[in-house]
Amino acid sequence: MDQATIRDTLFAALRGIAPEVTPGEIEPDQPLRDQVDLDSMDFLNFLVRLHEKLGVDVPEADYAKLVTLNDFVAYLQARLG
Amino acid sequence: MIEFRLPSLGADMDEGKLVQWNVKPGDPVKKGDVVAVVDTSKSAIDVEIWDEGTVWELVQAPGETVPVGTVIARLLAPGETTAHAEEERQRRLTAAETAPVPATPVEAPAIARPPAAAVASRPRISPAARARAEALGLDVAAIAGTGPDGAILLEDVERRATEGAQPRDRGAEMRRAIAAAMARSKREIPHYYLATDIPLGRASRWLASRNEAHPVSQRVLMAALLLKAVAVALRRHPQLNGHYTDGAFRPGTGIHPGVAIFIRGGGLIAPAIHDADAQGLDELMRQLADLAARARSYSLRSSELADPTITVTNLGDQGVELVHGVINPPQVALVGFGRVTDRPWVDQGTLIVTPVVTATLAADHRVSDGHVGAALLDEVARLLQDPERL
Repeated sequence: MDQATIRDTLFAALRGIAPEVTPGEIEPDQPLRDQVDLDSMDFLNFLVRLHEKLGVDVPEADYAKLVTLNDFVAYLQARLG
Repeated sequence: MIEFRLPSLGADMDEGKLVQWNVKPGDPVKKGDVVAVVDTSKSAIDVEIWDEGTVWELVQAPGETVPVGTVIARLLAPGETTAHAEEERQRRLTAAETAPVPATPVEAPAIARPPAAAVASRPRISPAARARAEALGLDVAAIAGTGPDGAILLEDVERRATEGAQPRDRGAEMRRAIAAAMARSKREIPHYYLATDIPLGRASRWLASRNEAHPVSQRVLMAALLLKAVAVALRRHPQLNGHYTDGAFRPGTGIHPGVAIFIRGGGLIAPAIHDADAQGLDELMRQLADLAARARSYSLRSSELADPTITVTNLGDQGVELVHGVINPPQVALVGFGRVTDRPWVDQGTLIVTPVVTATLAADHRVSDGHVGAALLDEVARLLQDPERL
């Protein structure tokens, strides 16, 4: 899956939780949770949506790797092969 | 005949605007059915019914704003006939004509409400004004009347029309509701505050290994475990679970913690999870997630807002370590949790680094003393050392 598709999927999942967010506002190399104000429940719901859309189940042990939007894109691309 | 009244929508909510009926005369209803949708400053609320019967008449029409306690529908009890209900209505109408005008409530509510007798009537509006408002697509309930007894006149409608349609500012309304409730709390409730640090090494490890074995959709957050611990601890400390009303404490009939949920765009709502002490952890987590999602899409049920018996707030995600809570009246306590952080801790004489959370209690001194509050926090801490039993 190419980066642009993954990025679109990430934004679609994010909009379901934070409808006020527009893709242009997000700095891809800055911490995502600070920019979108996601609490742990939001973050979990975000991962649930990604799991539904992409079939990737992110274990808790990998949370620390997923800080910025770019981190998510790289991680998902690697997992999707 | 059963009179169905607008239920309490939480301490800070005196009235609701009927948005729609989900039932019509002749429909059978049973306990727990959502029969109407009511809008308040905080949320659209699905109003449930707690009687079984058949809808006989819908007293209030969509668009009406009515105080809590107003009869909004009448139902035939099981086995009751229409003729019997009609008879009862006639009797009531006769009684109403001779009854004295009810006295206005002694304690003036923050939001002026019409006396009970006037409640059943629609907003006073002249036929010409109503026709004009309908033609302009204006909501009659939102127009301020300047005529006798606040009746809405044609000129009021015209003035409203020229002011332009004002988009509803739910954020501002919610802020006013929170301000009223919190000001009352700080004015009336003699708060006392306690805090304790709780090591969560065992709980964190247990949760991590449990979550490892489950897909992301079935993961449990620490917030659910903390909530469960508070709910179970409250069983032995009923003085902190209930309502203080009319100068007396009434213990809760169950343990229904209101969970503080922040609303995007500003505001806060704390709907209840019923009988949280009796729920399994997975079920509690499911309810917590469901409640957060529905609170944020402004779709809660009347029973969730009416009766929280304590509030639990978790501000750890914002990075704070300590919460000094303000009790949500008529409740008598609030438990707050800060962030779970790795801290130095002495464990059986050895200095270790372990995840720790600071739990705080704000409680009502009219009902309990620090001794009781301290025992509650101690019990919460103890329960969290044995997470698999929660």
